[in-house]
Amino acid sequence: MPDYKVEVKNLDLFYGDFQALKKINFTAEPNTVTAFIGPSGCGKSTLLRMFNRMNDLIDGVHFTGEVYIDGNDIFAKNIDVDNLRKTVGMVFQKPNPFPKSIFENVAYGLRVNGVSDKHFIEKKVIDSIKKAALWDEVKDKLKKSAMELSGGQQQRLCIARALAVEPALILMDEPASALDPISTGKIEDLIFELKNQYSIIIVTHNMQQAGRVSDYTAFFYMGELVEWNKTKTIFTSPDDIRTQNYITGRFG
Amino acid sequence: MKPVKRIIEKTAKGVLFTSSMVTSVTVLLVVIFLFREGIGLFNQTSVEKHLVIAVNSANRVSALSSTEVKSIFNQDITNWKEVGGDDIEIAPKTIDDMASLFTEEELGEGFKNLAILIEKYVEENPGVIASIPESYLKKEFKGKLIPLKKISVREFLTGTEWIPTAHPAAVFGAWPLILGTLWVSLGAILLALPIGLITAIYMAEVAGQRLRNILKPVIELLSGIPSVVYGFFGLVVLVPLIQKLFKLDVGETALAGSIVLAIMALPTIITIAEDAIRTTPRALKEASLALGASHFQTLLKVTIPYAKSGIIAAIILGIGRAVGETMAVLMVTGNASVVPHTFLEPVRTIPATIAAELGEAPFGGTHFKALFALGIILFIMTFIFNTLVSTVKTRKP
Repeated sequence: MPDYKVEVKNLDLFYGDFQALKKINFTAEPNTVTAFIGPSGCGKSTLLRMFNRMNDLIDGVHFTGEVYIDGNDIFAKNIDVDNLRKTVGMVFQKPNPFPKSIFENVAYGLRVNGVSDKHFIEKKVIDSIKKAALWDEVKDKLKKSAMELSGGQQQRLCIARALAVEPALILMDEPASALDPISTGKIEDLIFELKNQYSIIIVTHNMQQAGRVSDYTAFFYMGELVEWNKTKTIFTSPDDIRTQNYITGRFG
Repeated sequence: MKPVKRIIEKTAKGVLFTSSMVTSVTVLLVVIFLFREGIGLFNQTSVEKHLVIAVNSANRVSALSSTEVKSIFNQDITNWKEVGGDDIEIAPKTIDDMASLFTEEELGEGFKNLAILIEKYVEENPGVIASIPESYLKKEFKGKLIPLKKISVREFLTGTEWIPTAHPAAVFGAWPLILGTLWVSLGAILLALPIGLITAIYMAEVAGQRLRNILKPVIELLSGIPSVVYGFFGLVVLVPLIQKLFKLDVGETALAGSIVLAIMALPTIITIAEDAIRTTPRALKEASLALGASHFQTLLKVTIPYAKSGIIAAIILGIGRAVGETMAVLMVTGNASVVPHTFLEPVRTIPATIAAELGEAPFGGTHFKALFALGIILFIMTFIFNTLVSTVKTRKP
């Protein structure tokens, strides 16, 4: 068992000529929640999207450095990207359920990964919706379209959808930024629950949220990982003046 | 507001209002004109003007349809009992036949005796049927004049023969033309659909930005080529090729028309389908990929279902274009107005018929009106396709 769930070594990343990430070195331990904070355009989402190779889809991205998940170089030639994305789940900024039924949304990941056993799928779908704290609200309307759910319910459905394929690491890209405070609270409670079984990396703009849900916090500024440490340390006695200024609301 | 400004505002409004009204009314008038002219067909017989059909006064047949008249004069019907009369052989006579029965002396100067001779001949021969110009009909004619049935809508739609120049009664059966139109369009869609969709998917999902920037304008350019050029290409390249390939007597077939139309419909299908596929939100595709779905699975299970209504609209618009296309089809399909059985036979489409025959149809005559009636059929066909497009487009995914 490797020590780190995620390990990033000397990562430089460019969009064309623009350097979006500068010499990033970072590790995350299993069963912890790490929050990425920083002003817009600081590279935190870009780094997050490295972990499931979502940046592959964007033209003009090139990088140097290494990214390991569970000790495996995810950019090695023999890596199956589809398989990697199955083990690294992702929840996006805006809820993006498929225009299908609630049930089919959660079953989708299983189906595309070749699962055809009906009972297994059904059990897994129900399990996942329960884990995502959505079961009581949707148990009577699994056949209904997911588009009929509220934004907060849709986002929890997206989390259920990610959980169904049993990822070991879950990436969340500002999962609550498009939601109202009550839905946000539910998502945060959920993250707290999920920590027992999963490693989570969450990008957030919301400082209080980072403080509430995370064990570790990493502060990004202009493509640099300025510092990262236990959340408590970052929020009470940061090393870098930029971190302090950001946390106390001087900019950003 | 200053008065000058107000006047400008009012004038601008007036101009906009007038031009939009004039446009709408014009379009409406064209449709009304089409229907008025076309529907007039069903109010008349198909016998040429000033021509009457005369039989012996003992003949029991009271009315004939234009198809029956045509069959009689073609000698496909040879006995009166086939059309409900006595068992007597039919002797069809046109006015020329009549005139040649008699000598010049008998006819007299300027055919002045012809009317009397005709009456006499008709009365002496129980089986005769004669088509005579009204001017050669004697006053108080003793024979019987047979009224022709009016052309019925059913006869027009289901008749299998289109012979507008038949003498003395033209035959207007639009069925082979309707079928010809549908066959050629159907063939075009069968060819254009798979190719068009695959190209659209390739352009939207697989091709890189640079390739797409080259491909898309090129394909859009294709729709700007005049249809007569496509027709010419079809005539010079496709028709001989089909003739050789299938060892046919003539290469001008429904297949040639379908291929030319397919090439013409492709730009429409590709452009609209590609736009539809590209409207699938990136977030949905990323959600699918993030769950471990492959690019192809995502395409099949997320992208295409999302773009479904746009893709269907592309298909129907492609068909609509094919149905109404005239010139290219006219040039390569051979234009034989027979009910098609295979794609390797000549067919004739509605637009091609109208374009080819309108010049030789006397203004306001039966043939003229029959062509307008064809126009109505075409109008209804394209109207159905357009309605389908708008219903599909407004349906939420």
